[in-house]
Order: sequence, then structure tokens, then C-alpha cells
Amino acid sequence: MSSQAKFTHAEAAEQFIADEPRTDWHDDTLWFVREKRDKAANSLPEWEQLRQWASDIKYHVLSNMHQYLEAFEQKAIANGIQVHWAKDAKEHNDIVYKIIKDNQVQRIVKSKSMLTEECHLNEFLGEQGVEIVDTDLGERIVQFRKEAPSHIVLPAIHLKKQDVSETFHEHLGTEKGNHDPQYLTEAARGHLRDKFVASELAITGVNFAVAETGGFVVCTNEGNADMGAHAAKIHIACMGFEKLIPRAEHLGVFLRLLARSATGQPITTYSSHFSKPRAGQQMHIVIVDNGRSRQLGREEFRNSLKCIRCAACFNTCPVYRRSGGHSYHTAVAGPIGSILNPNLDMEANKDLPFASTLCGSCSNVCPVKINIHEQLYLWRQTITKEGLAPKAKSIAMWGMSEVLAHPAIYRLAGKMGRWVVKHLPFLTNNGLNPWFKQREMPQAPKESFRDWYLNNKQK
Amino acid sequence: MSARESILASIMANQPVSQDLPQIDLRAVINYDNVLHQFKTVLESIGGKTMEINGWDAIQQMMQADTKEGKQMVNGIAELGAIDANLATQKAAELASVQRAYLKGGIAVAENGSIWVDEAAMVNRLLPFIAEHLVLVIEEKNIVATMHHAYQQVASFDSGFGMFLAGPSKTADIEQSLVIGAHGARSLLVCIIP
Repeated sequence: MSSQAKFTHAEAAEQFIADEPRTDWHDDTLWFVREKRDKAANSLPEWEQLRQWASDIKYHVLSNMHQYLEAFEQKAIANGIQVHWAKDAKEHNDIVYKIIKDNQVQRIVKSKSMLTEECHLNEFLGEQGVEIVDTDLGERIVQFRKEAPSHIVLPAIHLKKQDVSETFHEHLGTEKGNHDPQYLTEAARGHLRDKFVASELAITGVNFAVAETGGFVVCTNEGNADMGAHAAKIHIACMGFEKLIPRAEHLGVFLRLLARSATGQPITTYSSHFSKPRAGQQMHIVIVDNGRSRQLGREEFRNSLKCIRCAACFNTCPVYRRSGGHSYHTAVAGPIGSILNPNLDMEANKDLPFASTLCGSCSNVCPVKINIHEQLYLWRQTITKEGLAPKAKSIAMWGMSEVLAHPAIYRLAGKMGRWVVKHLPFLTNNGLNPWFKQREMPQAPKESFRDWYLNNKQK
Repeated sequence: MSARESILASIMANQPVSQDLPQIDLRAVINYDNVLHQFKTVLESIGGKTMEINGWDAIQQMMQADTKEGKQMVNGIAELGAIDANLATQKAAELASVQRAYLKGGIAVAENGSIWVDEAAMVNRLLPFIAEHLVLVIEEKNIVATMHHAYQQVASFDSGFGMFLAGPSKTADIEQSLVIGAHGARSLLVCIIP
């Protein structure tokens, strides 16, 4: 699979930062979440040990995935759950559609599932004339606006309450100009309660699947996954196979890390453990590969499959905070998305590993210790080797390597650069120079470090 | 080849050399001098309310007060009287008007204020979510320090459903403003009996 994204991260980010106060607000809001995470992490002296355990448990599962998946399936079937396997997004969507069609249901609710976003399930079902109601408040807001979530934990983090107020006024008939979050949330509660009570089929994601019990855990703060799953007569849970963990006791490690890393909460309000359908209910699990087994085989990138989707790497990333989730043009944005998406489609996502300063903050906060910034760096090399790097970048890199390989040229170029910045500033301080955008050019020093050193050595 | 076989074959071909599971050593994990105090502090910090009571009488009085005020109240605690036989099979439309549900909680966790509620204790899986307000009764001796300790005691997942519940339903999806009462219960009161 290979395609072209409609725009690159850099192009979309340029539009995002055109509104400077809003960019600052976005930046501050996410940094605030990052600070809450720090406070929660610091409350546990064993935090670093927990991260190590989580990382090691995940690696153990990745290295025994075949056995664990078979064990999980066997146990789930014994529990009365129907297990389906999907090689890719299309098979996943077809399976869900078939269940909907076979049961002739119309009223469908869905809680947050990044996998179904990855597979574009809503669009696919929409084309078949099936309407899905997203029930997470943030997801409902962006669904009304025909937008994608911009953050995997906080789907509407790019919007201000005034935006939500206008959207709800249009779709739910709330008072125009009333943007009190309490009032708006109450309106959504009433609207979605009707949807829950009437729902026939509920789709949820899966945070963790447990090989030992054949069950799975879904975490929410709102209670929307449970309202749907327990009200509807059919429950479909969709999961990437990497959600598996060996035993229920390991949930102790992951549930301690997940919410603290995500929002700074000690745990989400609801950590729901499903293992059998209730009497008279159908329960389905769709296990999806969609490129994951390929990523498992890439030694330098396989650790990305440890991800538990907490979004700590988003909140800390200086590039994400100042470019917004939509700039990443993928279901999972941010640093982790930038190492997962090139595996899904290298051509379409070749820009993403370059949307980083490689500062390493993502790796430092990751609860399962994925070396995110190192993988970003490795993806850049892979993409360049595949001949997918932008032409201008390749030429610039070639030019740079020539200059750096020849000291005399390097010194001459430095001298010319200093002279130009000093005497002909308009040559650099203009719109044609990408480094001048949103920046002041620095003052040119009188001499290079080498000249200064040679002069001072003699003194 | 079916999707199942092709996925499993691809995984088998690509999975790395097996690495052992780590040992979770509970000596490395935080403990609290007073788990009751820690539990109450954390639960209140996440929007829950707590009340220490001496016995079932206090709950009985709350239920009577509800009935007097004409509130639709549902009892799910055997110690407090008969449980409506229809409750287990009632559908969302019938439960939507429940104003307060009284249920019994199991293991409670000091580090995060959460309480394990098993399917049997919910009577109906939907009840703790759809009730406008929720009262959980727990026993002080069931409070443990961390999730690791809790999972040692939640031995069985045989009933089919269970959850760790921590506080009332909430959301911060509108500009990060915390709003209590998203889709689930608007309030959680935890009564702790000795």
C-alpha cells in the first residue's frame, strides 16, 4: 500500500501556527497535562521500576505473541466470545459490517478506539449507509464537526469552548453563546443517554487483553464504553494484537501507569474487565494485524508495538504542542504516530519522522520505555535510503556533506555567511528562507570560533 | 489460508527470541502507614465522597430518606433486604430512571481510590453506570495499598464482568475543564464499615 498524503506535516503546521495566541494556548494546555503527569509519576517512588516492568512484560509478550494469541483465543471462545481475525483494515471493516448486517441493527454507538480510526471504520460504514454515534464527548464534538480527533486521549484538544458551543448550538440546539463547559457537557449527556438507551450494537476498543482469562479491559472516565456495551444486545471489541498481556496480575502494572501517564489521574474512573457476554448478549472480538506483524519483524522498530496509547509523548513534544494533531494527517499523531505510521504506509507518512527535534523528551516520559526519538532518527535513515526524502532535503544534505568534508570550503562558506548576514541582511531575512519564518535571524559574529581560537592561542 | 492462519504465521516468522517475564517484587512497591486515610484522601481528590459508618443502620436510614423524598432508589445489597428479582434482567429503558443505587464494593485500593465491583455485586451490569447517583459500601479490612495487592485478591474473573471504579463519571473534553457527571453516575459516595 502506498499513497500520497494531502499535505505534509510542515505545510499543515504552518497554517496551525499562523494564529499565534491560539498556538500558545494549545502549547500551554498540553504542557499543563504534562505537568500533571509529572506530579502523578513523582508520587510513586517505584515509578522507574514500574516502567521497566511494563517494558519487559511487553517485550516478553512480543517475543511469545503466537502462543499468547492462541491461548487468548481459546479461552475467549470457551467464555462464549466470538473471535474474528482481520489481516488489514478492510477485513476489519468487513467483519464489523457483516455482524451489523447479519443482525439487522441500525442503532450503533461506539466508544473511543484508535484502531477503528486507523481503519477508517466510520467512513466505511457511512458509505454502506450505516450511521455510527461516537459517544466519547470529545469524539462526538469532532464527529459533529466532521473532523478527525487531534489527540488520542483528548480528541477535541484543538478546540476552544466557544467552538464547542457553536457546534452544539447547531447540532443539539443549545443556547447560542453559552459556552459554559458544565452546561455543554450536560447537553451532551442528555443527547447521548437517549442514544445509549436505544442502542442495539456497541463497538468499543480494547486497552488490554489478557491471555490467561480470555477477557479484555476497557478504560474510560466518562463511562461511555460501559453504557454502550451493557445496554446493547451486541458488543464488538476491536483490538490490535499487541494489546495482549499474559495474566490479570500484570494489569496491576499497566493500570498504575496508564492514567498517570495520560492525564495525571491515579487511575481512570472506570477500568472495566469484560470476560463473558451477559445472558442473551453477543460478544465479539476482532483481532487485527494491519501491518503489526511486519513491524514485529523490524528489529529496530518492533518496540513501538509496546505502546499503550497514553499520549504522554504527545503532551511533552515541543513539535506536537506547537503544530496540533491534525498536522500529522494520521489517526495516531505525535511522536509515537510518527514511528508507527511509516510502517503502515511509508510513502504517505515519509514526512512524519522529520516532524521532531529529536530532543528525546518522548522517550523519557514513555511508560513502556519505547526509544521513540531513536526510532524517529532511524526512520529518517530508512526513508532516505528508500529514496523518499524530499528532493530539496537530499540536495541540501549532499551539499552539507561536501562542505563538511572539505575544511577549506567550510571556512570560506562560513566567512561568506557571516559577511552576508552583516552587510546584506535582506538576502537571508526574506520569505524565501525557511529558517527566517517565525524567527529573527541571529547577529553574525565578527569571527568564527576557529579564528578566535587561533588568535587567542597566541596571546 | 485464513486470516487467522496467515496472521499467526506472519507473527511466528517475525517474533524475536523469547525473553522471560520480569518478576514483580512487591517489596519494591509503595506502602502506606494508614491505607484508610490514603484511600479516603485520594478518592476525595478525584471527586468521590467518603463516610465512615458503624453499621448497616446508617445505610438503611439513607434509603428510607430517599423513599420519603420520592426518589427512585434501587437496593443491590442483600444485607439491607431483598433484592428485586427483576433487576438482573431489566433493560436500559427500565433502568434509566434510577436515581440512586446502593451496591456493595469489594477490594478497595489506597493508592488510587478505586474499588473492585464484581458482576454479582452489581446485580445488573448497567446499574452502576446508568444510576444517576451511586452509593458503594465497603469494609475497611478490604482496603489494600496498591493495584498489585488488589489483583492478588481479585482471584476470579469467572462471573464475566467486573471493574475498578474510581469516583464519579467525569470528562475534561471541553477545554480541559473538569466536569463531573459525563455519562455515568453524577456522584459516588463510599461508605466504609469497620
